[in-house]
Amino acid sequence: MEFKRIVVTGMGALTPLGNTVDDYWNGLINGVSGAAPITLFDASKFRTRFACEVKHFDPTQFLDKKEARKVDRFTQFALVASDQAVKDAGLTKENINPDRIGVVLGSGIGGLITFQHEVMDFAKGDGTPRFNPFFIPKMILDIAAGQISMRHNLRGPNYSVVSACASSTNAMIDAINLIRLGKADIIVTGGSEAVISEAGVGGFNAMKAMSERNDDPTTASRPYDKDRDGFVMGEGAGVLIFEELEHAKKRGARIYCEVIGGGATADAHHITAPHPEGLGAKNVMIEAMKDAHIRPEDVDYINTHGTSTPLGDIAETKAILEVFGAHAYELNISSTKSMTGHCLGAAGVIEAIACIKSVIHNIVPPTINHFTDDPELDPKLNFTFNKAQERTINVALSNTFGFGGHNACVIVKKYS
Amino acid sequence: MSDIASRVKKIIVDKLGVDEAEVTNEASFTNDLGADSLDTVELIMEFEKEFNISIPDEQAETITTVGQAVSYLEEHAK
Repeated sequence: MEFKRIVVTGMGALTPLGNTVDDYWNGLINGVSGAAPITLFDASKFRTRFACEVKHFDPTQFLDKKEARKVDRFTQFALVASDQAVKDAGLTKENINPDRIGVVLGSGIGGLITFQHEVMDFAKGDGTPRFNPFFIPKMILDIAAGQISMRHNLRGPNYSVVSACASSTNAMIDAINLIRLGKADIIVTGGSEAVISEAGVGGFNAMKAMSERNDDPTTASRPYDKDRDGFVMGEGAGVLIFEELEHAKKRGARIYCEVIGGGATADAHHITAPHPEGLGAKNVMIEAMKDAHIRPEDVDYINTHGTSTPLGDIAETKAILEVFGAHAYELNISSTKSMTGHCLGAAGVIEAIACIKSVIHNIVPPTINHFTDDPELDPKLNFTFNKAQERTINVALSNTFGFGGHNACVIVKKYS
Repeated sequence: MSDIASRVKKIIVDKLGVDEAEVTNEASFTNDLGADSLDTVELIMEFEKEFNISIPDEQAETITTVGQAVSYLEEHAK
């Protein structure tokens, strides 16, 4: 069966490095860190007191005051990024068939900030329930997809996908399959996350998952460095317009690249720890390449999950060596989380955008903050340390893994 | 305008995102000020919080205009 081909015709992003795709990309290729002391709440008593926040974000610049108040920060991000992507793709209410456009979005957690504040308010009272009527519709994770459909009048398939930090990659894979199967011509896809709050930071701190390098936030996210001590929390949103190729050609859309496939697997091992040999990571890259009908030798760049945790970085690297064999040494590998932090459920799409930009511009964004080699990692691998590298990138692969043992991988290719 | 009326109108302006000029005594929350069912529930809750009272559901259902809210609260606010 010959599947339909899918191209990317629009992009939008709100990231710790900038609030547009171009600002984000400029930050990436210049090796800028998005980390700084937390401003979103008083973190003075927390073990980790810094994060990669989205900066200078005023929702009322984009949404009317009443609408902005009724949606959680993660939905505000999703709405702004989707506005950018829809506009970038040249989609207007006049030139689309709304029944053929869907929205499939990912988020790891959804409206945690809303949940936290509502429950804190309740706990302050005498037990009388006084919950805000918007509490539930603000908090639920699917609401971002629903809100986007209402804003742009998109009536095709509409839902959200949850697989922790793999969520937006799984969303993109669903988007690919919906278009391949002819269920929609266009899917607005990607994801959003905003959990830099007492509950979010405190919760991840309790798992000892996050870096505690409070004296030097900008060098804290250091994937593949010997002294890495956990991930740095990020937030943000990325939205992509996935479009069936013939549909895009017919309307004369600008094509950024082709999305050639994706894969999803599970570790079936542990709730938070990766499989020590990277089994699920290995399988997911194999599945994705099979889905995309390419060989390992076709891949030029891997944007890794690379969260800067001691175990995760090693397991993924083992998987890459096993899957790619001798070609592993020809690859450029980088973890852009060294700059953006870990945007959790939004990480997959934000990193997919890095891959898309890399195949457009033939530049590999770096893994910054490399100071000391880790003897457990093969020194012959090219982790693109500290400085962006130029090379022809025909195919780029993006890995994301989530608590629960979810692995997802998506592959993009230069359009020709 | 009474103190209660001005506090009620401030809440309505804030929660419904409407202009102060629109918030006349005759204005209906749903028909004139663009409130949906959730907005009206939120308004009642805000009135309860602001005036430190509890408005029973059957009474809340009869408050559909700005003027009705003001007179109810003038009568019941502590």
